[in-house]
Amino acid sequence: MARDRGGAEGWAGVRVVPAIVVAALLAPMPRTGPTVLAAQTIAITGGTVFPVSGPKIENGTVLIRDGRVLAVGRSVTIPEGSTRVDATGKWVTPGLFHASTQLGLTQVGSVDATNEGNRSGTINAAFNVAEGINPAVVNIPIARMGGVTTALTGPSGGLIAGQAVIIDLYGERIESLVRKSPAAMVIDLSESSKGAGGGSRAGVLQLLRQTFADAQEYQRRKPDFRKNQMQPLAASAADLEALGAVLRGEIPVYAIANRRSDIESALRLAREYRLKLIITGGIEAWEIADELAKAGVPVVINPILDIPTFDGPASRFDSPALLRKAGVQVILVEAESGGPRNLRWAAGHAVEYGMSWDDALRAVTLAPAEALGVAEQYGSLDAGKVANVVVWSGDPLDFSSRAEKIYIRGVDIPLVSRQTELLDRYRKLPPSY
Amino acid sequence: MRRWSPAPGLLLAAACTAGSPPTAAPAPVAGRDATPGLSAERPQYPSTYRRRPYSAVLIRNATIMTAAGPEIAGGSILLRDGKIVAVGTGLSEPADAVVVDGTGKFVTPGVIDTHSHLGVYSAPGTFAESDGNEATNPVTAQVWAEHSFWPQDPQIPLAIAGGVTVIQALPGSANLIGGRSAILRLIPARSVQEMKFPGAPYGLKMACGENPKRVYQSRGPSTRMGNMAGYRGAFIEAERYRARWDKWLKDRKGDPPDRDLRLETLAGVLRGDILVQIHCYRADEMLQMIDLGREFGFRIRSFHHAVEAYKIADVLAREGIAASVWADWCCFKMEAFDGVPENAALLQQAGARTVIHSDDAVGIQRLNQEAAKALYAGQQAGLPVTREQAIRWITVNPAWVLGIDRETGSLEPGKSADVVVWSGDPFSIYSKAEQVYNDGWLVFDRNDPKHQPRTDFNIGIADPGVGN
Repeated sequence: MARDRGGAEGWAGVRVVPAIVVAALLAPMPRTGPTVLAAQTIAITGGTVFPVSGPKIENGTVLIRDGRVLAVGRSVTIPEGSTRVDATGKWVTPGLFHASTQLGLTQVGSVDATNEGNRSGTINAAFNVAEGINPAVVNIPIARMGGVTTALTGPSGGLIAGQAVIIDLYGERIESLVRKSPAAMVIDLSESSKGAGGGSRAGVLQLLRQTFADAQEYQRRKPDFRKNQMQPLAASAADLEALGAVLRGEIPVYAIANRRSDIESALRLAREYRLKLIITGGIEAWEIADELAKAGVPVVINPILDIPTFDGPASRFDSPALLRKAGVQVILVEAESGGPRNLRWAAGHAVEYGMSWDDALRAVTLAPAEALGVAEQYGSLDAGKVANVVVWSGDPLDFSSRAEKIYIRGVDIPLVSRQTELLDRYRKLPPSY
Repeated sequence: MRRWSPAPGLLLAAACTAGSPPTAAPAPVAGRDATPGLSAERPQYPSTYRRRPYSAVLIRNATIMTAAGPEIAGGSILLRDGKIVAVGTGLSEPADAVVVDGTGKFVTPGVIDTHSHLGVYSAPGTFAESDGNEATNPVTAQVWAEHSFWPQDPQIPLAIAGGVTVIQALPGSANLIGGRSAILRLIPARSVQEMKFPGAPYGLKMACGENPKRVYQSRGPSTRMGNMAGYRGAFIEAERYRARWDKWLKDRKGDPPDRDLRLETLAGVLRGDILVQIHCYRADEMLQMIDLGREFGFRIRSFHHAVEAYKIADVLAREGIAASVWADWCCFKMEAFDGVPENAALLQQAGARTVIHSDDAVGIQRLNQEAAKALYAGQQAGLPVTREQAIRWITVNPAWVLGIDRETGSLEPGKSADVVVWSGDPFSIYSKAEQVYNDGWLVFDRNDPKHQPRTDFNIGIADPGVGN
């Protein structure tokens, strides 16, 4: 788009990073919310702690201070004055990390007025969804009720859909939600992007190669570009600039691919352009599990999606287990109409079909954090990590449990949503309006 | 109380079986030998369902959730000739019965889904199989879902593996009045007629709210008041049609009235032969539809989707209208925005007939788990719902919605042997259906590839995840 050519920073060779990225990455823990006290220490005691990074700890303690995990273990000294939370008989896990959402980018699916996650156009590499996020959407508190504390929220539509970002599900401002931006570049290699290739997958790949080649050329010859001494390029300068982060391996490509041949095309592209690749969708990934393991490519998968389509007919429920067995980093997601809060049951379904319970919990905590490059901050209960912690009444992967305590960055999140308010209003009929 | 006709036409004419040869061959093709006369008085695409023979089966030492009373620990159930013979503890083992060790396992009635589009919106989901909405007119009471139904839909074996034995296959919700539903046994078959549940009444699919007004925006209806006017206009025509036919059928004088398929179905509703099934999300709209039923003298059997049913649970209980709901769907459109996971439990608390339905080819594979979500959401909110009630949400209550609760839906002697053996508690995420008996026939066995049906489409293209 012509408008994009005016981006001075891009021309000057400075990586285009939205201001909020810097703010988010450099900012200290947020100060929003009245429940944060500067020196408050929280000790969750007596529960069975699942740190994910190591074996479970019976009668363990999780110590939280200043929004960080201070210590985890069986014999943790609890400082005087700490707020004690008795978790006896409870299960304590890291907050869940949902690696496939549009949280904050949509509120009512069918109402365009509430949707910000889809930019029209074919190549939208420069489209970063962060500033489309509405921290006030009702879906965020609803998702939290299921123990989801962190999410990748991203764009949809087009061939290169744009940049996804990582958010914590807490905060009143975009700056306080967003934790990493950009976190991934979403590229659609499935049936739904065929139109971008003139109706053929071969056309899609040809366009992608042209775009990546032009992005490389652009990165090399920015002065020529500024002097108008380049042939017309496959995408705008802003898009080619944004692809620099992908070509340098700074952020992964989140490649939507279900059919085996599409997954293999993604692998081919990744080899040619040295891309850091994550496969999402991945219905037929189990067929080439060994190859994916060897290439170190994680797979994001919804374990119950088994309706055969021509985009990936050979689905099977045990594909997460098969992939994991081959050594693939598996990330589990849900796509139910019940919403992102049901993430934990995606992990439960994987266990139902043969994945180990520990691997399934990992697939909704540490695995996405590692794949998206934020494992130093997220995904497990270890000293120094962000204090996103959930206390469950029982096995979080089964239906009978509920999240009883949720901490995001150490903040004790009230278990209230628009749904709980509706429940209270209609608990007794007729309601008293 | 059963007022519907076994033949879906105008009369209580029995399906024509006279003159069929005394062999074990399939039932004769109805119509070929039909008596001369009016088309409306001949059999209308009658069921050709025949029970598959299977040995007697005794499932022993299982936890049995009967949907008719308390759970039976260490219980046994005997199936023979397609019927449940006995349920309880201390049953003796008949010499001729296959004995299934149910230790650690759970037994429930076959799961029944009041709201499915299997076969009418088949996989692989191309335009070629998109046969669920005759979206060419807001009132298409003349269409029958069974005439779209594709028995080779590869979604069918997946649902069978989820313990589903009977579905209501419905037209979609584009239209105010979408057409007739079909009540089907979920079994491999060459035709939909082979799957039709013998004697089951037809349902009429109607739809409220956003969908019809969106689909017909340009030609109308484009508003909710337009929707209401559309239903009323259709039923006013149907009243006149019914009166003309009733008069002619009584005295048979002169030429019969012209046959109109659209009005024939609506007249069937007015006569009480066809059960009304209404897609309706919002509480205030459900109340409007109850008034519509009063205006024309028909009863509504069930609201479907009914996301706001919890707001009028008391009214639904009083009116005897079932609510078919999802466990927790929410927020995908304005009329779904007020969804709460406690919907089913609030309905149960009020004494309304509660059903968990799917409307979804994935959800239908896990209706037991959807019921579990709704059960625990209710219990966690302090609502007085029990496991015994929750198992009814997916078995005998949907059977009532389909008008087949005297034949199936609970584990009681004399009822059809529609039975599921689960690997564990069906309300746990870790449990799976291991065996599914449909009318006494072992249609699915997770541990035996010989009992894992595949459709033609699966062959060489989509080997199902079933059984692995």
